[in-house]
Amino acid sequence: MKRLTDEKVSELKIKAKEIRKMTIMSMGKIGVGHIGGAMSIVDALTLLYYRHMNIDVDDPKKPDRDKLVLSKGHAGPALYSILADLGYFPGQWLDTLNLGGSRLPSHCDMNLTPGIDMTTGSLGQGFSCSVGLALGDRMSGYGNTIYSIIGDGESNEGQIWEAAMSAAQFKLGNLIAFTDYNKMELDGYMYEVMDISDITSKWLSFGWYVQRVDGHNFNDIDRAILNAKAETSRPSMIILDTVKAKGFAPGEGKVESHNMKFDITAAEQAIAVLDKEYA
Amino acid sequence: MKEMRAAFAELLIELAEKDKRIVLLEADLMRATGTTPFKEAFPERTINCGVAEANMIGIASGLSVAGKIPFASTFACFAARRAYDQFFLSANYAQQNVNLVGSDPGILAALNGGTHMPFEDVGLMRNIPGLVVFEPCDIVSLKELIPQAKDRKGSSYMRLNRKSGPAVYAEGENFELGKGKLIRDGSDVTLIASGTIMVPEALSAAAGLEKEGISAAVIDMHTIKPIDGEIIVKYAEKTGAIVTCENHQVINGLGSAVAEVLAENFPVPMLRVGVEDRFGQVGDVDYLKKEYGLTAEKIKDKAITLFRRKECLIGTR
Repeated sequence: MKRLTDEKVSELKIKAKEIRKMTIMSMGKIGVGHIGGAMSIVDALTLLYYRHMNIDVDDPKKPDRDKLVLSKGHAGPALYSILADLGYFPGQWLDTLNLGGSRLPSHCDMNLTPGIDMTTGSLGQGFSCSVGLALGDRMSGYGNTIYSIIGDGESNEGQIWEAAMSAAQFKLGNLIAFTDYNKMELDGYMYEVMDISDITSKWLSFGWYVQRVDGHNFNDIDRAILNAKAETSRPSMIILDTVKAKGFAPGEGKVESHNMKFDITAAEQAIAVLDKEYA
Repeated sequence: MKEMRAAFAELLIELAEKDKRIVLLEADLMRATGTTPFKEAFPERTINCGVAEANMIGIASGLSVAGKIPFASTFACFAARRAYDQFFLSANYAQQNVNLVGSDPGILAALNGGTHMPFEDVGLMRNIPGLVVFEPCDIVSLKELIPQAKDRKGSSYMRLNRKSGPAVYAEGENFELGKGKLIRDGSDVTLIASGTIMVPEALSAAAGLEKEGISAAVIDMHTIKPIDGEIIVKYAEKTGAIVTCENHQVINGLGSAVAEVLAENFPVPMLRVGVEDRFGQVGDVDYLKKEYGLTAEKIKDKAITLFRRKECLIGTR
């Protein structure tokens, strides 16, 4: 695959802005949501779904498709916006986020939402499941890629490191993982709650191919994904330096944005700021 | 006599030869759980996850999403307690087909002692919606029940005795997952048992009761969830007294499942034989049987108590 053109970068930027707006609106309607961790991962998700992933909206369960496990399942609403935009389900579904009977729950559910590849929510679990998916699809000889996104706070979980050890042991070159490294977890900055210390060294020492990039720069993330795809003998970790609630002015860079209350008026105001500042 | 783990490994190999989707996951206990022959037969379909049960269940769930049929095997204490959240969510809530095998349930953990002795695994597992929980009492029933669990949509939890136990059934006997098996008919009291320890003990108790002039039916309730309410009610009506026998806590295990059916459908006097709200401890199986009262003698005593209570109840009518 060729490097990103400037034209494609502009397209992706416009798309990511749209996705952010849709996500802010869907949460604004119910008045609360995990806006911080959803906004910080929008750019990586946009790049994956609109450029890299081999998927077919008309055949969403195609066995040899690329798959994505959003192990930080609370960022589901960002992914729902993308899936709606791609046509996996009607856009009106976004208005039902977290309402009783909704097909779009706060945390990803593969049995409720078309396009969701794995049920996640209890942190750490999705990452192990992506190891299983990568193993299973390799056994089937699909030649596809399994993408997995974990949170930095999620990395407090011991299961992340069990899965990390096993993916390296099984030489899962078909697994490309991302850490949404926004440096914050629910109760505060990571260094206050549970310091991850030297995150790059940790992943290197677990035997992964590790890259660290600006998680809001399409060119940088894209280059890292291309490098990771070329690495076929071990799993890849791309550490994304991100800003929590990126693009949502009332919460951007704030710990409080993890699960934040905001009404529809605040959502509209935030969207106006987004339009102006990210023009 | 053949050990049950050997029968399990043989059966899994046989099933895997026919069904390419079957994969085996272990957590560094292969040499204990006896599945090494499977690895020799299918190295590429054997995944040793190391000492990491939570990750093993997550990987098994991912394999299920990828269209495989995973069997994940470890000691029952780790299967139930350590990886419960993973089994609950990644496997069951996500509606996957993960067959979890917990070996050495209850006092069968024996020399591994209290830390490894699960008296609560059935209780934990019964709380998972839609899960099948079963415990074969011998090799014949094991071979019949596992393929049914494999082919059923949804996950399962099986309690497995690694060692050999008395043969209860002759080859060729039929079993249906979810249906209790009447082994011995009777008219005065019904003994409902599960597993390799308690089914033989119940049969031995029934023989002892016969000498006392009490006719005891024995039901092998190999599937604890979904529990076979039909046979429970039928034998409650027929015998008017039920004793449950389990190598597990009396809280939330087989006894509780039977009591729930009786209380809501056909209440008759019942008593439970099992571990009475205690932790495990080290010792050989014979010692532990006596220590926790998991014996034919205890079953017989409780059956006689019930029989007399039943007679009194009839007398007051």
